[in-house]
Order: sequence, then C-alpha cells, then structure tokens
Amino acid sequence: MRMRTVEISVGAFLLAGIFALVLLALRVSGLSISTEAHSYRLYAEFDNIGSLTKRAKVAMGGVTIGRVVAVELNKKTYMARVVMDIDANVDNIPVDSSAAILTAGLLGEKFVGISIGGANEYLQDDETVDDTQSAIVLEEMIGKFLLGAVNKDDAAKGENF
Amino acid sequence: MNQKNDNFIEIKGVSFRRGERIIFDNIDITIPRGRVTAIMGPSGTGKTTLLRLIGAQLKPDSGHILVDGQQLSSMGREELFHMRSKMGMLFQSGALFTDLTVFENVAFPLRVHSRLAENQVRDIVLMKLQAVGLRGASQLMPAELSGGMARRVALARAIALDPNFIMYDEPFVGQDPVAMGVLVNLIRKLNNSLNLTSVIVSHDLVETASIADYLYLIADGSVVASGSPDDLHRSDDLRVRQFMNGEPDGPVPFHYPAMDYREELLGGGHE
Amino acid sequence: MKNYWGAAMNRIFEQLAGLGRSGLEIIQAMGRATIMLYRAVFGRSVSHASFLSLLTRQIYSVGVLSLIIITVSGLFIGMVLGLQGYNILVRYGSEQSVGQLVALSLVRELGPVVTALLFAGRAGSALTAEIGLMKATEQLSSLEMIGVDPLKRIIAPRFWAGVISMPLLACIFSMVGIFGGAMVGIDWLGIYQGSFWGNMEQAVDFRSDVVDGLIKSVVFGFVATWIAVFQGYDATPTSEGISRATTRTVVYASLAVLGLDFILTAVMFGEL
Repeated sequence: MRMRTVEISVGAFLLAGIFALVLLALRVSGLSISTEAHSYRLYAEFDNIGSLTKRAKVAMGGVTIGRVVAVELNKKTYMARVVMDIDANVDNIPVDSSAAILTAGLLGEKFVGISIGGANEYLQDDETVDDTQSAIVLEEMIGKFLLGAVNKDDAAKGENF
Repeated sequence: MNQKNDNFIEIKGVSFRRGERIIFDNIDITIPRGRVTAIMGPSGTGKTTLLRLIGAQLKPDSGHILVDGQQLSSMGREELFHMRSKMGMLFQSGALFTDLTVFENVAFPLRVHSRLAENQVRDIVLMKLQAVGLRGASQLMPAELSGGMARRVALARAIALDPNFIMYDEPFVGQDPVAMGVLVNLIRKLNNSLNLTSVIVSHDLVETASIADYLYLIADGSVVASGSPDDLHRSDDLRVRQFMNGEPDGPVPFHYPAMDYREELLGGGHE
Repeated sequence: MKNYWGAAMNRIFEQLAGLGRSGLEIIQAMGRATIMLYRAVFGRSVSHASFLSLLTRQIYSVGVLSLIIITVSGLFIGMVLGLQGYNILVRYGSEQSVGQLVALSLVRELGPVVTALLFAGRAGSALTAEIGLMKATEQLSSLEMIGVDPLKRIIAPRFWAGVISMPLLACIFSMVGIFGGAMVGIDWLGIYQGSFWGNMEQAVDFRSDVVDGLIKSVVFGFVATWIAVFQGYDATPTSEGISRATTRTVVYASLAVLGLDFILTAVMFGEL
C-alpha cells in the first residue's frame, strides 16, 4: 500500500524529469528531430571573417535560414572557408547571390547575410557562394579614416571592405 | 581429532590492537559445542571486539580463530557471508532494521538466504516470534517496542535461520528485572532446545553466571581466569574476587592514574 | 639559547608531522571511499527484483522528496534572472535577449550547480545521517552478520538513486527556471513572446549546452552522493560523530561540486 504510492510518485518523478529534458531539447535549444535531413550545405570563402564563429546564424532579409557549422582556413587560397547548413525549404537561392559578414547592432554578434542575385539557377548542396564581402573590422576602418584614405581605398578596392 | 570436534570455536594466540592500544594480547579461548560459554570482564576490556573477531568483522593482528574448524578471516567475502548465515548474533542495541516491521525484521534473513514460499516464511516467522512471546507484536514498527521487546525480536531474528551458533553482546544491559529474567530463561531454553552453541559477552555477573556452563574472565587484554561459575566463586585470585564480588577497589583501581592527591591539592597549580 | 633553538625546531617538526598526518589521513579516507564504492558497485549483487524495489524507495527519498525545494528554487532563480537580465539588457536595447540569458545561465551553470548544492543540503545530509544512524545502532553490523553485504543492500541503491535523480532534478530545475524567466519577461515586462523564445532557441545548442549541462549534473550526482554515503558509512558511530559527518557531507559535497564545475566548464566551454 505504502510501497505503491512510493512507486507511483517515483514513476511520476522520472516522467517529469524526462519531460523537462525533452522540453529543454525542443523548446529551449530548438532541436528538431530531423534538422540534419532537412538542410543542405553551402560554402563561402572570405578574406576576413572577423569574429564569426560556429553556430552563428545565416540570414536572408533578416530571417534566419541556416547556421554556420564550421569555420576553417583554406590552405591553398589563404582564405577563410565558412561552411553553412541552409534550411531545405529555402531551396531557391540564385547562384549569383552574395554572402556578407554582418554585425547585429553596432557591437553585436557576427552573422552571415545573404543577398539575392538575379540568376535563374539555384545553389545546390555542396556548392560555393562566390561573391563574398568580408567582415568590417572596426580597427581597420578607423585606421583608414584617420589616414584620410577611406574614400580613395574604397574607390580603388571596390567591395573589398 | 575428537578433541577438535568438541570445540566449536578455538581462539589461539590472538593479539589485536587499535592504534597504540593493545586490546588483546595473545589470548587463548575455546568454546565447547552445545554449551553456553560466557566471556566476562569489566567494561572497556574489548568484549564486543572479541565477538567481532569471531564473526570476522575484524581481523586479528596475529593468531588464529577457528570457527567449526574453519578460519573465517582468510575467507573470501562471499564464502564469509555464507558462513555467517549459520551464525546468529544478538547486538547490544538489538539492531533491528528501523524501516521494517517486526515481522519483516524476522523474515529478513529467511528472504535473503532461502527460497521459501511466502506462506512458509510466514509460518516460520510466527513460530520464532511465538518462541520469544511476541507473535502479537508482529505488525509493530521497532520504534514502538520497549528495549526488552526489541531485544527479544532481535533474538527471534537471530534464530530465524536455525543457526548452530549464537553470540550475545551484552544481552542484559539496560533491562528491567522482569525483562532480564525473561531473556535469561529464553537464552537457556533456546540453547537446550535447539542444541545451540552460545557465547554471551556480559558484565552482569549474577544473570550470566546463572545460565553459563563455563566462564572466561578477561581483563587487561588477557584471560585472567576461567572455569565453571562455581570454580570462579571459589577462586582466591584477587582480581577474580574483586569482579565476582563487585568490590569497588582492588587490583582494578577505583582511581584513574593521577599524581598524589595531597601533592596536587597543596601544589595549587604552581609549577 | 641552545635549548630555545631545540624547542623551536621541535615545534616546527611537530607542525610538519601534523601536516603529514592529516595528508595521510586524507589519502587514506579517499582510499577507503574508493574501495567502498568499488565494492558497492561491482560486488556480488542483491537479486534483480529486490534491487529495483530498493532503488525505487531510494529514488523516492532522494529525488521525489527533493522536488519541492528544487522547483521552488528554480522558479525564483529563473524569475530573478529574468528581472536582473532585463534591467541590464534594456540599456543596450537588447531586452529581447533576456530569454537567451536566462536559458544559457540556467542550462549551462545554475541548473546543474544549484541543484547539486541544494541536493547536498537536502538529500546528501539526510543520506549521511541515515547511514550513520544505521551504523550507530549496529544495523550495518547486523546485516553483515546475517550474511548480507551492507554495501550492496544499503550503499549501492542510495548511490545509484543519487546518480539517477540528480540530472532529472537539474532538468526540472532548469525548465522551471526558464518558465519563471519567461513569466517575468513576457507577462510582466512585456518582452515580445516570439523574440524571447526565438532568441533562446537560436542561442542554446542542444549538444554543447543541454547535453553538457546534463553531463555536469551526472558528474555532480556521482560525486555528491558518493561523498554523502561515504561520510555516513565512515562516520564515528556516536551522535557527535554523525552530526560531524553530516556537516562534512554538506561542506565537502558543495566544495567538490563548485570545484568540479570550474574544471568541467573549462574542458567543455573553454575553447569554443
């Protein structure tokens, strides 16, 4: 009799604990059981990625469409290679789209922003975004500004900052 | 060989020390089969330690302890636990499991060591409780029992597996005269009817002497005297006389060792 | 003069010997604790069915009975985190990150650590006192003489109950805390619900936050329960000895949890 209430409450406790873990997984960390299957992989190479890290978001028009899964150095080109997993629903990114490393707010987190191109062909799994804009490095910018060279450099190098 | 079979327990040249303190110094004790043997001595002489040595809860520093011809202290853990199931022990406090009822306490050794059906367990438990006169208390919790009743339940538990050997650790301490009389009778009766070998560790002289067949008197880590109760009563050893007659001062001093009384008072704390 | 130096040297050696003695004692105690745990975990086991029922009873007294203090503390800590976080973040205009702050601090740190500290105080001390009392009333010796290994019968179920209960309690703590934070943030301070939860989901990673937090609490459960049962088993069987052992359980378990937390954090989150 008394043992029974003990057993029931222990069962309820175990359930509550597992339920809490499931909530933590699904609601809090946003784990969906099939993320892996529902994404495809894109690469982009940047001159400078600033402080972009793994797990940074990939956004298009401000909406998150994927995540950075790895950041590595391409030994041949000495460029930073960013590996991104993009939501499979967003399967219509034109091949001439460009990727830029942006900052949320003035001092916020770095993320990858994708601007749409105009081509009719779309990027597929394992393809690379060719058109990239590196991160704005604040120190470099201030340095250039102080040298009064901001405009000139800008004009010469075009989109390289 | 025959000699060996007559002695259930042989303690040969056992020494045991705790830290710096020597508790036993080369003692020899033999406990004959089928008898009630009492080990007596002033408190603090390590009588309980002796029981733990016999049960191999402690290991002697030197010497051998043979129980039924086997040396427990060199056994593996499993073998030892099996051996212990044939020994019963009544602890000073009773040591009932506080979270189990009286019934479950007595049933505990049966459930652990036998594969009896539930109704057989029930029958045996009730028989054992009947033997100690507490069948009616089977559904009480240990906290609801008086000290004497708790000890009787513990006794029922100790004999649940029909052991051939029981150790009693200070069974009479803190009992009122009635409870004490009940226990004394029970111990003697059980020993006779179940053909047990019993060892009683105690300093309650009168009660122990009334049921023991043989007495060992230990003090200062060694056996001071041994013999039947009558032998010891007739002994003219001063230490034996002091203990048997309960004299306050004698070879066992009343005073803890100290500097001279007069000197300490007069010295008044000066160097 | 010579005498004075002699006395001084003697005192120094005395101190040194004292230090050595306590060092040796600590090492001995750790050895005893390890042997105890080894025997409790790997020794001859009680029958399967009876072990499960012993374990159930212990999960009840270790886990279920700790639920109230865990949920209430979790709720309040989550609410306070929400409030404090909001007050700071609103200055930078990023109050929608409150969810992220609450969730990350709870899942990574406060959930496992505070649960372990409360556990040490609530369940750990109770375990120590219970086992110490069993030792003082000779119940452990009595088990041995009946031929039952108290390490398997008394220590093992309590140990496993602690190891199992701790991560569950920590999950419940974190979840209740996050809901407390959400209550304060969304219902009281008026943070937009979507950005509260959305921000949280983006910031919290299952593998590196939730799972690592879970690993932490399993380690804490292991260590805190181990300390608690060992202190009970090793206690001097007197009322004074038991009360000292109980205090030691709370102090040692808390220190061990905090120290281990630093090490685990350094290993897990150190290099991102």
